[in-house]
Formats: sequence, structure tokens, C-alpha cells
Amino acid sequence: MQTPLLTYTLRLADNALVLGHRLSEWCGHGPMLEEDLALANMALDCIGQARNFYTYAGEIEGKGRSEDDLAYLRDCDAFRNILLVERPRGDFAFTILRQFLYAAFMHPYFERLSASKDERLAAIAAKTVKEMAYHLRHSAEWVIRLGDGTEESAARLQEALADLWPFTGEMFEVDETERALIEAGVAFDPAGIRPLWLDTVDRVFADALISRPGDGWMQTGGRRGEHSEHLGHLLADLQFMQRAYPGSTW
Amino acid sequence: MAGIVYLREPVDERLTRARIAAASVCDPEVPVLTIEDLGVLRDVRLAGEAVEVVITPTYSGCPAMDMISLQVDLALEKAGFAARKVTLSLSPAWTTDWMTEAGKEKLRAYGIAPPVGRAKGRGALFGVDEIPCPHCGSAETERVSEFGSTACKALWRCRACREPFDYFKCI
Ligand SMILES: [Zn+2]
Repeated sequence: MQTPLLTYTLRLADNALVLGHRLSEWCGHGPMLEEDLALANMALDCIGQARNFYTYAGEIEGKGRSEDDLAYLRDCDAFRNILLVERPRGDFAFTILRQFLYAAFMHPYFERLSASKDERLAAIAAKTVKEMAYHLRHSAEWVIRLGDGTEESAARLQEALADLWPFTGEMFEVDETERALIEAGVAFDPAGIRPLWLDTVDRVFADALISRPGDGWMQTGGRRGEHSEHLGHLLADLQFMQRAYPGSTW
Repeated sequence: MAGIVYLREPVDERLTRARIAAASVCDPEVPVLTIEDLGVLRDVRLAGEAVEVVITPTYSGCPAMDMISLQVDLALEKAGFAARKVTLSLSPAWTTDWMTEAGKEKLRAYGIAPPVGRAKGRGALFGVDEIPCPHCGSAETERVSEFGSTACKALWRCRACREPFDYFKCI
């Protein structure tokens, strides 16, 4: 049985790790050198954030599991990331739009979490918020460039939006586990930043000449460990070395 | 032998020596800067018998931190400290405001534009910075990419002298 604080910290860690891995898949495949570097840098930020959260999760659990144990030796159903971040990387429009939707949420979220009563979460959040500011700015600029670009770039962006939108609802979900932490001043209620998130999205979409889909049915499950088959494929790639050669080090 | 001498050393002199040793360590990615210039060196203190050096990462995923920890440890060992400890601290979060003026000057001389202005909150988010070229000083510059050769740098280009340059981001 996991304590609420452990579950919550793992959710934050798993989001960062899985998204970081998706971004890292672009390394060497970016549409141009500058963008290749940018995607790799954003991947590095996310993986660094994941390391901080995993290290803390291991300490909360108190069973001696390290950041590596938590990243490399848990199975799919133990992961608590939202489904948005495990979607396959798609084309560049898809990757950039996902990063934008995520960063537009995570930037204000971590800003508020940096006032958490849990000092360690507050410290990690304060570090993370600065990085998310860059992810937000960079991805927003690309969303505008693609949307207001060629017919093809606009079409691909609009298509990516239709694919991604049903996965945005999960960012705002709160369950009993998290409700208790919110009341204790440890976690932060994401409902509070929904207006701000929508405002950021609408302002950037207006410049990108694309429109936001209506709020229909939203996908859910990742935060409870119910994942798509895509996470399994991702973990097979991510965890292969440690599974094949347990305890191997560089 | 040396260790015995140092144990009798007054505490503040020990700490001063430890600080000098730790402060001599350079950033592996920006080798003209010491970790003191960067503001990565946060504290040098006693932890029981050991000398403890506290450092903070610039970015969460900064791959240089392991190397810096190792080099601080080696520098302390070389200075004769048998009992030593290097601690990583996340809070308060590192900011470019901690970079020393001497550090900024060294960066410029090295060809990297130092961070401009002070790290601020949301205001900086969508703002456009004006970064003078570290080569010719011209203000006629443009950003090529938000992300450069390392997480802490962005890629810029000078329209006057046509040279590309790294800009140390303000965070
Ligand atoms: Zn110039």
C-alpha cells in the first residue's frame, strides 16, 4: 500500500520521465540541427526533474530503492503518468503541440507547487518551474509558426490537436489520494489553474490561426496505472539494459 | 602526516582553506568559470569531523553535477582533508543572479554573452531580450534558438559582425 505522498511523487516523476523519453527519441532526428538540440535539451530537463522526484520517492518509500530502481525496474501497471505523455512521438507538429499543452499546464502548476508545505517538493518544483518557462516559450513559438505557416504545417498541427485534445483532461483530474494532500497544503489543486491554462492556449492558438476543439469525452486511467500499449513499448526500450544486464553501470 | 597538522588548525582557517580548494574547481562545460563564479558553490561548513561543501545544480538535468562533485572531492583531498563530504542542495533554486560580476566578465571575454538583467517571474516569459554581441558589442543581434550547446545556453547571431555566439540564459 502506497502512501498518498509516494503516489503523488511518483506521478510527478513518471510524467517527467516518460515525456523526457519521448523527447529523447528525436535525438539525431530533429528537422534541423537547432531543433534537434532544443528537443534533446528539453528531454534532459525532464529527465533531470524525474531524477529529483524519483530520489525523493525512494526516500519516502524507505525500502532502499534508488532513482534507477524506480525508473528501470517497475512494470507498466506501476507507472502513474498521464496518458498524454506516453502517446508515440508522432511528427514534429505532434511533439511540439504536446509539449506546449503540457508546459502551459506545468509552468503555472509548478509555480504554485513551489509553495508546498512539503519542503522537498517545493524545492524541486521551484527548480522545475524555470525550465518549464523555456519549454512553454519555445513550444508556443513553434505552434504559432506551424499554424500560421504553410498549408501542410497548419493541417498537421490541426490534426495533432484533434489527436491530443482528449488527453488533456487528465491533467486536471484529482482523486482521493490527491485531495487529502491538497487539503494538507502539500499538493496543489489543478482546477485552480484551468482558466489560466485555457487563456494561454487560446492566446497562442489565436496567433496560430487554429481553433480549440470543444470539451468532449476525455481519456483517463494513466494516473491509476491503466495505460495504453504504447507505454509497454516505451518501457521495453527504456528498461532493456537493466532487465538484460541487472545492475549494470557505465 | 599532513592530516595531523591540519587537525590542530583553527576551525575558521580550516574552512577558509577548504573554501579556496572548492572554489578553484571549474565548470566542465564552461571551463573559464569556477563554481564560485557561477554561484554553484553555496556553502563550506563543518559536519562533525568532516568538511562539507554544498553545491546546487544550474538545471535539474545538468550532466555536469556528478563531475563537479567528484572534482570538489578531489580538490579537498589534495588540500589534505581526509574527512569530506559534498552535498547537493536544490533549495533555494539556482539563479543567474548569483553569478559574480567577475564571472560575467570572464564569460564575455570567452565569447559567451553573460545573462542580461535579473531573473524575473512571468514577465520574462514572453519578453524579448536584447543581448549585446560578446565579440563586437553590437546590440544588433538575433536569437537563432532558445536552446544551445548546453541546457544553460541559447544560440544567438550578431547581425553586425555576422558571428554566432552562445548566450548564457537568464533564469
Ligand atoms: Zn558582433
